[in-house]
Amino acid sequence: MTTTDNPPVQEIGRDRRRKEDRRLITGRTRWTDNQAITGLLHISIVRSPFAHAEIKGIDTSAAKQVPGVVGVYTAADIGADAVQLPCAWPITKDMKSPQRPALAGSRVNFAGEGVAVVVARSAAIAKDAAELVEVDYDELEPVLDMEAALADGATLVHPELGTNENAQWVFDSGEAGSGGSAAEAIAAAEKADDQVVVRRRFRQQRLVPVFMEPRSTVVDPTGEQLTMWSATQVPHILKTMLALTLGLPEHKLRVIAPDVGGGFGGKIAVAPEEVVTLLVAQKLGKPVKWTETRSESLLTAHHGRDQIQDLAVAVTKDGQIKALDVKLLADMGAYLGLVGPGVPILGAFMFNAIYKIPAYRFDCRNVFTTKTLTDAYRGAGRPEATFGIERMMDEVAVELGMEPMELRKKNWISHEEFPFTTVSTLTYDTGNYEAATEQAMTMFDYDGLRREQQQRRQRGDVKQLGIGISTFTEMCGLAPSRVLGSLDYGAGGWETSSIRMLPTGKVECVVGTSGHGQGHETAFSQIVADKLGVGFDDVEILHGDTQSSYRGLDTYGSRSLAVGGIAIVKAAEKVVEKARPIAAHMLEASEDDLEFTAGKFSVKGTDKGVGIADVALAVFAAHDMPEGVEPDIDAHATFDPENFSYPHGTHLCAVEVDTETGFVQLYKYVCVDDVGTVINPLIVEGQVHGGLAQGIAQALFEEAAYDESGTLLSGTLVDYTLPSAADLISFDTANTTTPSTTNPLGVKGVGEAGTIASTPAVVNAVLDAVRQYGVSDIDMPTTPYRVWTAINSAKGTSGRGDEADVASPGAGLGSTASDISKGDTQGGHL
Amino acid sequence: MARIRTTVDGLVYEDDVEPRMLLVQYLRERLGKTGTVIGCDTSNCGACTVHLDGLSVKSCSVLAVQANGSEVLTVEGLERDGQLHPVQQAFHDNHALQCGYCTPGMIMQSIDLLGDNPDPSEQEVREGIEGNLCRCTGYQNIVRAVQDAAQKMKPGAHASTSSSAAAPVAGGGA
Amino acid sequence: MIPASFDYVRPTTVDEAVQALVDGGEDAKIMAGGQSFIPVLRLRMGDPSLVIDLGGIPELRGVREDGDQIVVGAMTTHHEVTRDDLLARHVALIAEATKTVADFQVRHRGTLGGALAHADPAGDLAAPTLALDAELVIVGQNGERRVPAADFFEDYFTTAIGPGEILTAIRFPKYTGWGARYEKFNRVAQAWSIVAVAATVKVDSGTITDARIGLTNMAGTPVRARAVESALVGQSMSEETVRAAAQAAAEGTSPTSDADAGSDYREHLARVLTGRAVLAAAG
Repeated sequence: MTTTDNPPVQEIGRDRRRKEDRRLITGRTRWTDNQAITGLLHISIVRSPFAHAEIKGIDTSAAKQVPGVVGVYTAADIGADAVQLPCAWPITKDMKSPQRPALAGSRVNFAGEGVAVVVARSAAIAKDAAELVEVDYDELEPVLDMEAALADGATLVHPELGTNENAQWVFDSGEAGSGGSAAEAIAAAEKADDQVVVRRRFRQQRLVPVFMEPRSTVVDPTGEQLTMWSATQVPHILKTMLALTLGLPEHKLRVIAPDVGGGFGGKIAVAPEEVVTLLVAQKLGKPVKWTETRSESLLTAHHGRDQIQDLAVAVTKDGQIKALDVKLLADMGAYLGLVGPGVPILGAFMFNAIYKIPAYRFDCRNVFTTKTLTDAYRGAGRPEATFGIERMMDEVAVELGMEPMELRKKNWISHEEFPFTTVSTLTYDTGNYEAATEQAMTMFDYDGLRREQQQRRQRGDVKQLGIGISTFTEMCGLAPSRVLGSLDYGAGGWETSSIRMLPTGKVECVVGTSGHGQGHETAFSQIVADKLGVGFDDVEILHGDTQSSYRGLDTYGSRSLAVGGIAIVKAAEKVVEKARPIAAHMLEASEDDLEFTAGKFSVKGTDKGVGIADVALAVFAAHDMPEGVEPDIDAHATFDPENFSYPHGTHLCAVEVDTETGFVQLYKYVCVDDVGTVINPLIVEGQVHGGLAQGIAQALFEEAAYDESGTLLSGTLVDYTLPSAADLISFDTANTTTPSTTNPLGVKGVGEAGTIASTPAVVNAVLDAVRQYGVSDIDMPTTPYRVWTAINSAKGTSGRGDEADVASPGAGLGSTASDISKGDTQGGHL
Repeated sequence: MARIRTTVDGLVYEDDVEPRMLLVQYLRERLGKTGTVIGCDTSNCGACTVHLDGLSVKSCSVLAVQANGSEVLTVEGLERDGQLHPVQQAFHDNHALQCGYCTPGMIMQSIDLLGDNPDPSEQEVREGIEGNLCRCTGYQNIVRAVQDAAQKMKPGAHASTSSSAAAPVAGGGA
Repeated sequence: MIPASFDYVRPTTVDEAVQALVDGGEDAKIMAGGQSFIPVLRLRMGDPSLVIDLGGIPELRGVREDGDQIVVGAMTTHHEVTRDDLLARHVALIAEATKTVADFQVRHRGTLGGALAHADPAGDLAAPTLALDAELVIVGQNGERRVPAADFFEDYFTTAIGPGEILTAIRFPKYTGWGARYEKFNRVAQAWSIVAVAATVKVDSGTITDARIGLTNMAGTPVRARAVESALVGQSMSEETVRAAAQAAAEGTSPTSDADAGSDYREHLARVLTGRAVLAAAG
């Protein structure tokens, strides 16, 4: 018998290097596009160059003549026009929902929409032939501007809907009983002498997730089960949705997400190309591959964000917030994605953020345009909300002449007040905003940087310093099924795990989450190792294949640990409980006398014991089982959270703005995040770094822009400017920890935190640097041109009247309004 | 079709290729070297970086026919007797990868950089890998890894990859 | 994405290359380093029937001294330009500018001749070549001709290279002892220049005795900032005089407007960056 002689050290909390690295650093990878099956055919999709057009005819004859071409199909040829790609989140009962085909039949509604497909021996031949497909279009007017799209007489994207409005979703704390009426509070504030109402309009630009691995799908229809490999975050959802959408028997489908190179929400989809690949494979009875090019990805994979935010805050002159009113327009693009309409609605719960706001109203109108559809992108609804409120806090601070951190402190939930039920009805279980903020301020040397900022102003330096704050929280661990039900979401939010105890003492842990870079194999192994007392290297995490992992809801919304990790804990507990009677039998002891620690059942008060591996082997042999006990200690568990978890943190950013050129250079970035119990600090730090880079990129670098004809201008990585290493700096990150009480591990989720928090910190910093010249807002991304233009036009505007004493948020630290208004001293540099 | 003869990761290959075939396609589709990947179509992302006669190149912007008579080193040719190259090891040690898609290109470019500059500053590392995009890590741990590898490679031979004779034992410090 | 089909030849002499170009007709295209050309083919924005690869012609590669000129073979890579001792000593500006081109991998393959023949207005090597009064050596069936840089760049992506002709070398006068700076302004490290300024100046005991300044992306072709040059010469070296002279930088330019910059912003940048470039060059 083997025994666990050396109980393993505690794995949870250890900075384990990742298990998954070895393959990835040696090139031993299994990306979908690596799939090579004998007889594999390749497809190329013919796409519309127009944003909005009627399809008058398609001539495929020349394409069909190309040697090596197997078939050229229009939508009708493979039934792709009749498909209704799914939207799983009908946010209101009367939501307007257009049919979204896999290929357009009679009308295209965004530039890049597929209209035909070429199948050939090689991808190169397929592309050659695709260029020979002649499509006759009748151009229609594009619909590009959300406000114009909602005006009377606007051209309709989908005339059959009778409107460009997808839905309107409203939350009012007065009606919900969770607070007062924001409308009344704002009206009262406008009349009150001791209150002001601050109104701002912010723009959330359109972004592209830009996962590094372009999407790819291979469908092999030759087996009894049709197998789809796909670069997806959601193999389980994809499988069920394909069955429902195409009427395929679900048990005849197998979906595999092999190595997946990033997603960031961009691979939460039932993509038209996945369906087209499947339809072609079925039609031909041959394996078929589709792999997109980067320009195809930028054009057609779903985009993110894209909102107009009209915000109003009522606040007393000493800084107590009385009400928040949020009016959003959210651009859905041409169709509804899998969860697209719900993305802005997630923000409804987060605009009130960490603050005690007595009255709150959220009103969101989703709008159709002839652009690529929008859906989840890292943070999904929460970055938009966090940006809105954190920008607004700085605006209010400026209006009141308050130090911006003081304003926040005055309004946030103090650590003694948890659990705290917010005006948007969520109950925050734990948190300590004071602790995170204090640590961040110290690491940042906040006061020192404020002094440096003052010195630079006084010297009239070309490079001015700006300091930005973002104190944020988010809801993680999507999601309690009952909450999703109340929001009319089409599925639950539970997660599943199975643990298989192998005869040699090794463990297979099957999970329903589907990692694609997060380090699940490592972090989950640490959990299993601790809970079962087995070695870290003796655990294998199985995921991403619906044949081995038949039940799951996949990876998004910072749920894999906060929900999926708990399912693992529950499954491990069941293994131990199933093993207990067998161990008692082996030890000839009573179950009640056994304790299980470090992988070993021991008889209390003796040195007698058996390891869990011994039990696994005994069960395998099954020669001597206790009466009525099945020879099996494998276990399966599903966890449905009672509540979300609420990570929070304080992010501080300093930037240098070159006032001659408008160029913004990151100067210092500090963040202290409370993500609850940390399973692996290395992975947590990595998630924060990557999240910060994406949030900063929204603030400074990235935008998916369209021209007036509806053509995407940023259709390659030359134009959609991702930051490289040379554009970023090293970040100082740290953690405070208040364990979550909503789950037994005390974890909160970290995947989206950096992205959610960082964008407003950076923009607040940029504005803090240039507010002295009279600048009050700059649209994202704050490009050099925009910053320069803002400085120039603000300085060119004379007679700003009551805004002449415009104060910086830093004004509280020794500066005075008159110091700051000496913008003219900078004139020589412009 | 054109006849080409190349040495890839130490093995000699002869093939007929279409002139339009990209080196990265040749590596992936003809030689099965799928460790090298394609991330874009404008040579921005650097995911396809390999060494061609000892210098890093983006294999999506080289035709396979141009590699005729040349030596190619990919991420699959770095290990020596089961030992990781110090840069590979440093990427693992410093958590310098998440999804791993950019990693082969990052590693190949980092090795090239260290061959050129064995002790780069943080800024020099950042500029040295500016032709490689990563969406997961924010680059911070990649920078750390490259500097860590530089320290580990110091006692041994220079990480000379700029001479084709050094291929495929790039780095040499292992 | 994969290029459309084409035929491919790799001549080993300039004469063979010229012959292939003449035989290939107007659908034949020259490939130098391929770092702009291959992406264009991949996006199928170009569709040549024949690609003539100059990579196999040894005589097109390398840097040598020829009397009072430094001669750079057209197929000399950016990497080689940045490492060359002769250029560092005598034509520092071209080496400085080349260091900012794209990234290491691209510089390993891309060539000076290829970049100049491509004549992208946002490309970084045309402005220094113009500022340095280089001569471009062009070979065709009728032999060799030398074109001054001022006559070489004709318009967006258009040069004096005629049908059946190949750029074989760039001949730079010596600027031994001159300071040089290429001041590049772009949104992210990978992005093309919004505006850039190539400046090389000679300073003798505190006085600017000579100056050459070229502007990138201020028109369809590189532009010489002659007004600044003449304003600088004879001035004593100081931030004030340099910045004052730099105010003339946008004279004679015709910058475009796009999402990254309006023409007024480009003109402003030209002035600011010219000041910075000259100060750094003189520093």
